[in-house]
Amino acid sequence: MAKVLIKGGRVIDPANKRDGRFDILIDRGKIADIQPSIPANGSKVIDADGKLVAPGFVDLHTHLREPGREDKETVESGCRAAAKGGFTTVCAMPNTSPAIDHRGAADFVHQEGRRVGLASVRTIGALTKGRQGKELTDFGELFDAGCVALSDDGNVLADGMLMRRALEYAKTFERPIIQHAEDPALAAGGVMHEGIVSVTLGLRGMPAQAESVIVSRDLALAELTGGWIHFAHLSSAISVELVRQAKRRGVHVTCEVTPHHLALTHEAIGEFNTHAKVNPPLRTEEDRLALLEGLRDGTIDCIATDHAPHTDWEKDAEFDAAPFGISGLETALGVCVEALIKPGLLTWPQLVERLSTAPARIAGLEAGTLSVGAEADLTVLDPSAQWTVDPKRFVSKGRHSPFAGRVLTGVVLRTLYRGVEADG
Amino acid sequence: MTTATVSHAAQTAQWTKKDLLGLRELSAEEIRLILQTAESFREISLRPIKKVPALRGKTVVNLFFEPSTRTRVSFELAAKRLSADIMNIAAQSSSLSKGETILDTVRNLEALKIDMLVIRHAAAGVPHLIAKHSHASVINAGDGSHEHPTQALLDLFTIQEKKGRVEGISVSIIGDIAHSRVARSNIWGLTKLGARVTVCGPATLVPPQIEQLGVRVTYKLEEAIRGADVVMLLRIQHERQEATLVPSLREYRLRYGIDRERLKQAKPDVLIMHPGPVNRGVELDSDVADGPFSVILDQVTNGLAVRMAVLYLLSGSRLEEEPA
Repeated sequence: MAKVLIKGGRVIDPANKRDGRFDILIDRGKIADIQPSIPANGSKVIDADGKLVAPGFVDLHTHLREPGREDKETVESGCRAAAKGGFTTVCAMPNTSPAIDHRGAADFVHQEGRRVGLASVRTIGALTKGRQGKELTDFGELFDAGCVALSDDGNVLADGMLMRRALEYAKTFERPIIQHAEDPALAAGGVMHEGIVSVTLGLRGMPAQAESVIVSRDLALAELTGGWIHFAHLSSAISVELVRQAKRRGVHVTCEVTPHHLALTHEAIGEFNTHAKVNPPLRTEEDRLALLEGLRDGTIDCIATDHAPHTDWEKDAEFDAAPFGISGLETALGVCVEALIKPGLLTWPQLVERLSTAPARIAGLEAGTLSVGAEADLTVLDPSAQWTVDPKRFVSKGRHSPFAGRVLTGVVLRTLYRGVEADG
Repeated sequence: MTTATVSHAAQTAQWTKKDLLGLRELSAEEIRLILQTAESFREISLRPIKKVPALRGKTVVNLFFEPSTRTRVSFELAAKRLSADIMNIAAQSSSLSKGETILDTVRNLEALKIDMLVIRHAAAGVPHLIAKHSHASVINAGDGSHEHPTQALLDLFTIQEKKGRVEGISVSIIGDIAHSRVARSNIWGLTKLGARVTVCGPATLVPPQIEQLGVRVTYKLEEAIRGADVVMLLRIQHERQEATLVPSLREYRLRYGIDRERLKQAKPDVLIMHPGPVNRGVELDSDVADGPFSVILDQVTNGLAVRMAVLYLLSGSRLEEEPA
């Protein structure tokens, strides 16, 4: 394998506090050297002049749908979407069929990821058997198989006692329990945020409190047990404030936010646009601003896509029946630039940290860094090029986006996985 | 009908929308145009021969995913009196369960070259979904808790007929505001035409955000009745509701049911309206429903004229879209 030299880019590596013009030499899939100037000496040269070079992004929250719903997405199509979006690691959620609640299912997804070879595919194991919220899975077996965390994502773990035990038991493994915070009774039947838009459209709403009552309970349980709670896709101002206070008290809590919750409000639903139907729902401008501030001040640790692909026939249905979720991997960077870089909320090193270094740390992976000796998982970005979102051109099988037609800034030029260009 | 037809032709030019999905997206002028057109059509039903050739050769489909008698019959009769061909289709509400999506159903109907689709569905937004994917004109005949525009139009028509105007009239809507498409469409229509609207019911049935639509909210029935020119009752849909919204129907009747005694607080010329069907002895006592203030049956009669007007105006706009 020829050496690869990425020349003249602005290299941003928050893990090593590096931000400047450097050349990166890649040899046998690993980062061999980083210097202000490295001679080519026969290496394949990638000209990155005027571009950004960052560690490949790490997505803590990806629905690859395989096994079970290969019509929505496969490990392969999902990895192509990841590569196109600048991601070199994806953590697949366990709401598959069968659920990733046993070693065989986890092994299958990991193996399929290796076969595809476009990104590092890791899994989040199910927290309870069949994601039924009744009996805990065999945590040790799942972590041994390579799961990075446990969650019943899509379903909340409603049983408080079971959550207590899960947080306690997971301490042995120093890994987080990821909660999809949604009180099942308060959110029952809801299809969007409860507010003026839901009232106008006559749609059943889910109040922000459906999220925050579970956040509040689980923070109390994390405090009681000393266990590690991670909240998926926070969506409301109240939840952000609860986490902020808990972090001050020293509770072991981390959390993530999606690009769409940072960029949009419930107004995006307009007149029944199912392509803006997500769970948790898009909420108010006040919530959005609180999420931005939470990400800026470190209350929210990282950005995760909640990439949730669906088929056309399911998504182009009546609002009540259409499934929650949008295709997020390919628009993540552009949306983050619009929501975070352009308004001056985050600098580029801060954004890269929240897209790669921080999620890698939460997942316990040696990813999200450009250290010499590390795997050469990186992405080359044009920070100022513009593009128009056309979901029909997504490589993901999920072709639904509330950003369709929007002009975004920030283009992923190439993604290298283990030193090799990953073809999106 | 010759003079009327001429004036319709002039009016049709002002109507540009392909669909009637709700009153939210209509201007006051468009609402007035429908009411004026309905005025001319009302007279047809009084003739010995109750039929005009206005929609001859047009095909209208009543596509009802939710059972309905009065609205369906009203549209059917309206179409027949305009000489359109009309078909009734009672479709599976959850077509997804048998593998066929709503859009599949609509594409099949499209293939038969129909002109207009009248749609009722238990889910909000279905007429919008269909309108986006269909060449046919779509009329919303009630979508979930969202809108029921022709009901509100016939209510406006009835108020106009009985009170001579809508502007400045004080209307109180009482009942399950949260789940009522009739309430929403009436709020849009009444406020656009300058009426003052109060909504009233127990707090579990009145979302506080509704105030942002320009209405007054009260949980006290007396406040809603006092000084109202029109009291509009909504059906308490106990068959659809969660038990927790109102402790019991008896409790509701005791607090919010309208009887003759309570009506004494109203203006002497108050109008009692109800979209039907009435739950006698729940939201409305029989002697009020059948009493002198009630215009409930006038609403039904006017519904026919309003639906004829809507079918007529929408068919005209469709004709204009076709190449000369």
